[in-house]
Amino acid sequence: MKEDILKYGLPTLTRKTLIDMYAMMLRIRMFEERIVDLYPEQEMKCPVHLCIGQEAIATGVCLNLRKDDYVFSNHRGHGHALAKGSAMRPLMAEFYGKVTGCSRGKGGSMHIIDVENGILGTSAIVAGGIPMGVGAALASSIRKEDRVTVIFFGDGAYDEGALYESFNFASLKKLPVVFFCENNFYATNSHQSARQSACRISDAASAFDSHGVCIDGNDAIEVYKAAEDSINRARKGGGPSLIEAKTYRWKGHVGPDADYEKGCRPKEELLYWMERCPVKVMREFILSRNAATKDELAEIAASITDEIDDAVKFAKESEYPPLSDLLTDVYAPVKEPL
Amino acid sequence: MPWTKVYSNKAEFESALSDNRELRGLAYKDALLEATSQLLEADETVFVIGEGIDDSGGVFGSTKGLHLKFGRERVMDSPLAENGITGIAIGAAVAGMRPILVHMRVDFIPLSLDQIINHAAKWRYMFGGKVSVPIVIRSMIGRGWGSAAQHSQSLQSLFTNIPGLKVVMPATPYDAKGLLRASVYDGNPVVFIEHRWLYEHMGHVPSEPYTVPLGKAIIRRTGSDATIVAVSYMVYEAMSAADILKNEGIECEVIDLRTLKPLDAPLILESVSKTGRLVIADTGWKETGIGAEIIARVVEDGFGALKSAPERVNLPEAPTPASPALEKAYYPGKFEIAAAVRRAVNKG
Repeated sequence: MKEDILKYGLPTLTRKTLIDMYAMMLRIRMFEERIVDLYPEQEMKCPVHLCIGQEAIATGVCLNLRKDDYVFSNHRGHGHALAKGSAMRPLMAEFYGKVTGCSRGKGGSMHIIDVENGILGTSAIVAGGIPMGVGAALASSIRKEDRVTVIFFGDGAYDEGALYESFNFASLKKLPVVFFCENNFYATNSHQSARQSACRISDAASAFDSHGVCIDGNDAIEVYKAAEDSINRARKGGGPSLIEAKTYRWKGHVGPDADYEKGCRPKEELLYWMERCPVKVMREFILSRNAATKDELAEIAASITDEIDDAVKFAKESEYPPLSDLLTDVYAPVKEPL
Repeated sequence: MPWTKVYSNKAEFESALSDNRELRGLAYKDALLEATSQLLEADETVFVIGEGIDDSGGVFGSTKGLHLKFGRERVMDSPLAENGITGIAIGAAVAGMRPILVHMRVDFIPLSLDQIINHAAKWRYMFGGKVSVPIVIRSMIGRGWGSAAQHSQSLQSLFTNIPGLKVVMPATPYDAKGLLRASVYDGNPVVFIEHRWLYEHMGHVPSEPYTVPLGKAIIRRTGSDATIVAVSYMVYEAMSAADILKNEGIECEVIDLRTLKPLDAPLILESVSKTGRLVIADTGWKETGIGAEIIARVVEDGFGALKSAPERVNLPEAPTPASPALEKAYYPGKFEIAAAVRRAVNKG
């Protein structure tokens, strides 16, 4: 342990954590890249919002969470689900619209759920999931549980009133929430500077008497440290925090293509951020500290390939929902009162 | 049955009470309060949240003093953030609680439509039934004293159009208590719309907990010449109209809809099959309102049942004016309902 502290700078950041972090980032990256490969087949008939380039955030945060902690995500949620513990099979099957999908084929890529791992559903309305996340934290608080709720949202959600309404309430009631803003600078194609008067998202925390911090979202270790601090604070009753992590999405807002070709963003900007690839940064860190060998890292990649192959096969071979599912689940069956 | 009886005013109820000492009388607002109190008492997943619910007025009496009994952790005032608070209540519901959310005016609900329509109504379906949203959203229709356009709306039709929601509008104290309990245990998002003018209405309310099932309308008065389907406060106006028409030899059957979604179309059709004439008295506007839906269902399911064209009694197609002179002209009542029934009867 002492050696770990010297090497990695944080008591909880052991060699195993580093390897887990790399493995999870790579798992998300390869999962998303497989979607890019498969998408032209047009068998995956739903919009996909890929998080390639942003893997350090979901990974660094979720490694600090317990299985029963809640995570609320958004339309760009594949990485959050994988990092929180979701298996690939139900996710991939959902994207293929199959009955074996996490939402029985009714949600698609934007609506992921994994109740066992604390994901109670995902909204595709920008900032729509933020109040719900605070509500889940309120439920924990009323029940006197020590669960923490992490709510992921983008810089676009910073434009929405729902964030402020929710943040104020969470702070007022000292709820165990971490508001995590993945600032990738673009809401679809609209740059942050075109939408926000002051591009200092984390500063908003001070208005709600809360802890706010701005970090490098492409550095998984920095994300891990900031998340650990805020999650511990929340769990101990210290109330909500706002973490703004600057990062970059490599693909367009939706779909498998890079969007600089369409003139959405300068290519140089993308190239700059690709140089700062979070997976590559972590890989170099691990190798430079001799935390693992290249062969060991290659084994991780091979096992991820197997997992993805299996998930794709499962998804493709699964059945579509029966047509009788069209009208099921609109309402819950009425329960008799206690 | 005492619990199906509608008492137009306090004096009428008190006279009934003198005939039957076993009846327990309670005002509409107190019936809501009692239901909420019993729910909080029996079920620790129930909590109440809304703007000003713990103030001295207690939402016109319907939440009065609950915070003293159950604490502010379960009976909590909220910031003036209708969308956020609605989403917070929805999130708590998905996480296993049974929140009762109060928006003190129906007019405030539009601020929270994203959370109600995009989230609460969709959450179960969108995730293949893995979760549900057991939330009740209580809200009140205001009327009178210059409440004007933003404190008096009847927006129930916004919600009856959305699969995944249920819409309840109790007219009597008995139903207020029983439907609130049933709504809390329904397991789905229920928009529970009350009418401010009903709050002091008295009626028989048993002291023990009970439920009134959602989706079931009730016949308040039987008759053979015309069916009046009435909603919320208009039930009382319809009953008064039926009294007027009885003197003219026209016997009205009055149906209190109680739940707008799901709609009890079979009961309405059964009644219209008997009377052949249909009048709908709604608290809201006419176009695409519940009256339009009721007529459509009767025509679809029982095309031959109608002897004459149906009639609708609604608000005029304008926002509510403030001036007492205009306000008086704005709201239809027993006379407009009676006139509509006469037209329906005279037409065939």
